[in-house]
Amino acid sequence: MSVTSEHVFEEADFEATGDPVHRTRKTAMWIFLGSEAFFFGAMISTFLLYRNSTNGGPGAELFNIPFTSASSFILLMSSVTMVLADNSFRKRDQRQGRIWLIGTAALGLTFLAGQIFEFTEFYEHGLTLETSPFGSSFYMLTGFHGAHVAGGVLMLSLLIAFSMRGKLSPDHGMNVELTALYWHFVDIVWIVIFTVVYLLQI
Amino acid sequence: MAITAPVEDLGYTPSTKGVWSWLTTVDHKRIGLMYGVSALVFFVVGGLEALMIRTQLASADSTILTADAYNQLFTMHGITMVFAVIMPVAAAFQNYMIPLQIGARDVAFPRLNAFSFWLFLFAVIMLSSSFFLGGSPDGAWVGYANLSTEVTEFVRMDYYAIGVQLLGIASIGSSANFIATIFTMRAPGMTMMKMPVFTWMTVVTSFLLILSLPVIAVGLWQMFFDRNFGTVFYEAQAAGDPLLWQHLFWIFGHPEVYVLILPAMGIVSETLPVFSRKPLFGYQFVVFSGIAIGFLGFGVWAHHMFTAGMGPVAEAGFGLATMLIAVPTGVKIFNWIGTMWGGKLTLNTPMLFSIGFIAMFIIGGLSGVTHAAVPADTQQHDSYYVVAHFHYVLFGGSVFGFMAGAYYWFPKWTGKILSETLGKWHFWLMFIGFNLTFGPMHILGLNGMPRRTYRYPEGFGWEFWNGMATIGAFTIAFSILLFIINIVKSTRSGTEVGPDPWDARTLEWMAASPPAIHNFDQVPIVRHLDEWWHRKYGVDEEGRAVPLPEGYSEEPAFVPETGGIHMPSPSYYPMIAAAGLVAMGAGLVFWSSGFLGVGILVVGVAIAFWGLVGWAAEPITREAH
Repeated sequence: MSVTSEHVFEEADFEATGDPVHRTRKTAMWIFLGSEAFFFGAMISTFLLYRNSTNGGPGAELFNIPFTSASSFILLMSSVTMVLADNSFRKRDQRQGRIWLIGTAALGLTFLAGQIFEFTEFYEHGLTLETSPFGSSFYMLTGFHGAHVAGGVLMLSLLIAFSMRGKLSPDHGMNVELTALYWHFVDIVWIVIFTVVYLLQI
Repeated sequence: MAITAPVEDLGYTPSTKGVWSWLTTVDHKRIGLMYGVSALVFFVVGGLEALMIRTQLASADSTILTADAYNQLFTMHGITMVFAVIMPVAAAFQNYMIPLQIGARDVAFPRLNAFSFWLFLFAVIMLSSSFFLGGSPDGAWVGYANLSTEVTEFVRMDYYAIGVQLLGIASIGSSANFIATIFTMRAPGMTMMKMPVFTWMTVVTSFLLILSLPVIAVGLWQMFFDRNFGTVFYEAQAAGDPLLWQHLFWIFGHPEVYVLILPAMGIVSETLPVFSRKPLFGYQFVVFSGIAIGFLGFGVWAHHMFTAGMGPVAEAGFGLATMLIAVPTGVKIFNWIGTMWGGKLTLNTPMLFSIGFIAMFIIGGLSGVTHAAVPADTQQHDSYYVVAHFHYVLFGGSVFGFMAGAYYWFPKWTGKILSETLGKWHFWLMFIGFNLTFGPMHILGLNGMPRRTYRYPEGFGWEFWNGMATIGAFTIAFSILLFIINIVKSTRSGTEVGPDPWDARTLEWMAASPPAIHNFDQVPIVRHLDEWWHRKYGVDEEGRAVPLPEGYSEEPAFVPETGGIHMPSPSYYPMIAAAGLVAMGAGLVFWSSGFLGVGILVVGVAIAFWGLVGWAAEPITREAH
């Protein structure tokens, strides 16, 4: 959009700079995700700094790559169901959308269960928050990511509840798209974490 | 030009009377005022801390304060002034002025805006209450590890780790809000390069905050985990690296200093053209040098760490980058001088503060360049020379700039003008007091006086200049007292003025003083930079400004009416969500005391959940009654 000369004013300018709620909310969500990217960036940097600082304790040899690959795959698939949910709500098919939302939340919970199992395994093999900077930064990074997944599951549950009570009006329908943006972002961060933390160590 | 055709259908108009209307308000103007008043209160708190520091240092071997009390006072002075004064003052100006400057009716997310304010206020109250509840942070506002993780006592630096964390969340919320507002809600025709400079600087500072605060958030969590959960991020015996904290802190901390100064630069870029009666000299250069400062600000953090032993390559690189940042800063200073050059200057209080800003900022900027030279900085590090430098840019820069903004926009907020007589007394006393306080610190620092020490022995020749600095500090305090008296007096019985008392240039002066709840009856169409000026003045054959006849316009000046205006309804959920988050924070602060901490945390989670779910389920505009 541009006003070409000082005294020309087009009808189209109203549309471009008017009050599209949609564009405004999406802009804010992208800005927030930019902030989140730096949050995870700082934690990933911390991990890279400490990836060999095992302080005599256990290190990357604990990783069970096939297991984590499987749980990563599950998380990635949850992005597919999220897209399908968003698509259904766009078509105003609340029932179908709700089913996909439940599927997404279930896949997210499965990933979290895998993470809890993994943490328990590592803990039993002697890797704790206290053992080494490696342990501290590993648990902090993957733990904060897990907390983000849990937050996403909470948002999905709220959307499901609102939809059941008929409160997911077209005005609130935008919320599905925003939640989807957040959910995909959390997935993408996991791809980076899986690569940097798990795959680069072997 | 009179604004005609009042809008009949304003939908649901919220009540504006009583405390409850303030607690539930989502109006950007009222939130802006609340930011301003809170910041002024904390300015007094931070000022009293400074006066206690200066009283202690007035003479050698002073015993008024213990070392422990002194540590808490100088730490809280820094935290208060940065996070509870300068940042919220900037937020006050931005909240109130940005929607008006871009011809919008409110910010993009009014309830998020209210949430940011309440979160800021409750978090600062929590931080300040530490004086009475367990002891205040005492590891300096930079909170270097492992002093902050291992040495300081129970809860003290936990207040810091959690308090700053909460303030960061508030700032991220308001920054995302401002960016969304400015990017998507400008009046028709207002392209980015037709925006006022203050709005532009808000874009830059918002991006700086959005990208730097998450980095310190990670550092603060690491500090908190080290203190409470036994992690070893900063513990050298367990192969951790305390230097990591310094990097994370300054990757935030250096963009932060531009967050503190850029809004003030934006303000003087508004006032100087108005009181010189000339357009801003080199608008594009002022805007782009602001953006350049923002970019470069992310690449110079380690110049705070020249004595940390990073090695010559890193030190040379960061030294050069730091010198580079002086270039866009210098460009701005020349543009301001160019704006005044040959202008018809009106030397009233806002203009005096603007000129004071330029002069003091030049001194602070030049001493800053001396820090970029690594060998010189190695000598100056942690001396009073550094204290002098950053007070010249933060007080002489930011605070002078904000004072200019306060005197300039006060008529817009209240419909009344601040007293010029008291204003000039305020300016000159503050100007003299400021230089008397911080000028001598250059000499003290170069003579070797270290900062952050609670007393100094006799015989170094430091007594005289320290005495001068203390006299200066009390002079500043007196001038601030005059400022507060001026605000109270002028609000009650000041001269009433119209919408445009300064014959100014930007859109906010089109709205009434104080503006109606919906700001503009009709949204203006923008064709020019300085649109309001161009609606008042044309140009004759010789390029001189001539007033246009009343109501003159070749084209439609306002967006045609399209139905009613719908303002968002008041909501108490943002305040509840903020209270819940701060209660969760308080629970974490007292984590190490077991049951107490967990109890507060659980209560906080419940309150925050109530607030957030209520907020999410609530429709934005209630039906008209």
